[in-house]
Amino acid sequence: MSSQEAVRHFHPRARDALNNPRIRQNFRRAMDGLMQKRATALQDHDTEALRDLGAAIRQRALSQLPDLLEQLEANCTRNGIQVHWAQDGDQACQIITDICQQQGARSVIKGKSMVSEEMELNHHLAEVGITALESDLGEYIVQLAEETPSHIIMPAIHKNTEEISELLHDKTGTQRSQDVDYLTASARAQMRQAFQRADVGLSGANFAIAETGTLCLVENEGNGRMSTTVPPCHIAVTGIEKVVQHLADVPPLLSLLTRSATGQHITTYLNMITGPRKAEEQDGPQAVHLVLVDNGRSDIYQDDQLLDTLRCIRCGACMNHCPVYTRVGGHTYGTTYPGPIGKILMPHLLGLEDTRDLPSASSLCGACGEVCPVRIPIPELLVRLRREAVDGDSSRPSVVRGHGVKRHWTEVGVWRAWAWLNSHPRCYRAALRLVMALRFLSPRRLGGWTRYRKAPRPAARSLHQHLLQRNRSSS
Amino acid sequence: MAKLYPAKPEKVYFFGTCLIDMFYPDAGMAGIRLLEREGIEVIYPQGQTCCGQPAYTSGYHDQSRQVAEAQLDLFPGDWPIVVPSGSCGGMMREHYPQLFAGTARAEQAQAVAERIWELTDFLLHVCQIRLQDLGEPMRVTLHTSCSARREMRVADAGPALLQQLDNVELVEPERATECCGFGGTFAVRHEQVSAAMVSDKVQALSATGAMAFATTDCGCLMNIDGHARKEQQPLSGEHIASFLWRRTHPAAEDSR
Repeated sequence: MSSQEAVRHFHPRARDALNNPRIRQNFRRAMDGLMQKRATALQDHDTEALRDLGAAIRQRALSQLPDLLEQLEANCTRNGIQVHWAQDGDQACQIITDICQQQGARSVIKGKSMVSEEMELNHHLAEVGITALESDLGEYIVQLAEETPSHIIMPAIHKNTEEISELLHDKTGTQRSQDVDYLTASARAQMRQAFQRADVGLSGANFAIAETGTLCLVENEGNGRMSTTVPPCHIAVTGIEKVVQHLADVPPLLSLLTRSATGQHITTYLNMITGPRKAEEQDGPQAVHLVLVDNGRSDIYQDDQLLDTLRCIRCGACMNHCPVYTRVGGHTYGTTYPGPIGKILMPHLLGLEDTRDLPSASSLCGACGEVCPVRIPIPELLVRLRREAVDGDSSRPSVVRGHGVKRHWTEVGVWRAWAWLNSHPRCYRAALRLVMALRFLSPRRLGGWTRYRKAPRPAARSLHQHLLQRNRSSS
Repeated sequence: MAKLYPAKPEKVYFFGTCLIDMFYPDAGMAGIRLLEREGIEVIYPQGQTCCGQPAYTSGYHDQSRQVAEAQLDLFPGDWPIVVPSGSCGGMMREHYPQLFAGTARAEQAQAVAERIWELTDFLLHVCQIRLQDLGEPMRVTLHTSCSARREMRVADAGPALLQQLDNVELVEPERATECCGFGGTFAVRHEQVSAAMVSDKVQALSATGAMAFATTDCGCLMNIDGHARKEQQPLSGEHIASFLWRRTHPAAEDSR
């Protein structure tokens, strides 16, 4: 599969991105702004208490996930929402294609949905002759450019105004302009007609409330509302982990989501969808479908530690604050979800064979874990996946698909030798004395380290020796 | 939740870390002397090697556990264990319990973890050190390691200690909380990303106008200082313990 092939080339893509000043500048500027906005938005809040609450709500939902999903299905069905279950992306695409074909649909207008990106829905629809048009401005830009999103909240963040202006000019004949409002208005005009023509509206869902059978959709542009109300049929597609128990669980999560993502206290639109148009109503879709996608999530659910991955509410704060993401940008990861959340989620969706370089692509600085609104211990999960990648713990079996892919006998040998030396203090000290005696022979070149740094020279005497000598001379 | 600090103890153990042992023993000695000047007897177990972190973060937990286990018996007394590194301290305090969970050593690992203190935090809050600056006026900047900041949560200690020095002007770099790009084996596995990060860090530290920086971790020191030297930048760094000792000890400038 081409997308999996693409995932494997993290290193060359990282190099290209690092050498691309425009990419570097676009991401740095955007991420600096987003970090600042988040900090400001959370100023008047007891952030840590709110994060505790967010984490607890998500943990509670996950602890009873199977029951809540059944409850969600029952309540949605009662509300007139038709619920479908998909084991994987292909099955979800098939379900959506079938619904579209039953409707006789030729065109689909899409609100923003990362799960639809995950299953490459647009590609599947195109294969059966159905046109999908992205209506989120960022997604629209990415679609015009025939690219994929580089950020889960701001899909076109890798482009600056000039590049977007050029793209709109080439693809839609819009006049070149540096005026963002003008460019937005021009895209909006194109979009208006598409909303009216579309046979099906497709969206994601930020939260699915089990006790009421309600789908929550958080957005800023109004395109989500248009996509879910104008066309005669609305299909919502989302991951099974998005379910929450109570209506009252939503406000704290929403508060965390918007503040963490874009530094907004509230978004322009919050859509709460609890069924299709009723008999006495004038507008709204005649049919609403909910497609609940597993795609590897229930595997994650089996493991007590990995389970924390599923708490994610997709705010993107981890990537906004990630020093690696900020430098290499979203496309370097080659995955639907980039950045820290991508590094801990994608290995489960694609297997470690195809994502082998992702868990190690972190300095474990902890910035992601520090801002995660639901306290996902991202650095710990990265270490866990590194362990899985090398089958590094004989007392704790690996469980992730493709585990052991990075285990190589030379590396194992090096770590075994290192462990032996460091667990035999006399030999360690002897080795240290040898290194010190030969310090002027110490290598000046140490691969990747010295391409960018001078090698440190061993000291003349180790700390061990200093103290041994001091003790001798004082006694 | 506010952290509870114990009264200043009579003795402490000192876990010097393998980087300091091999490359920066002066920083270790400086840390020990600072503690001793506060009237504390410092015990340095000669059996110590490495905390086990390099293998841990690389996923080789069998090997990490083997090395960590060799450290557990070194601290039989009930004294605090002071570590001049947020990173190694973080490994011992935050990750030992998890590494040994379900093993025969679990209880012991937990007990050791609870006694781990990062040096600057210990000097400031437990020793309540008061520093008398003897050096010439100078400007200095500080890089607090990510593990000191986010794992050990002692980011307040470094600046507080430096601010006690009357002749030292402490300047904060832009994006002070951003990682320097070291990350252990990350610097080798993803060398170009790491290089971009350290290059930005050197630039930010240099832009403060300070020619010298102090840091709480020798991993960051080796990375930032090594890059500055490679690029022939005038910036040079040292461990914060060396810096504090040098500024406050009459003869220290000569023996440097």
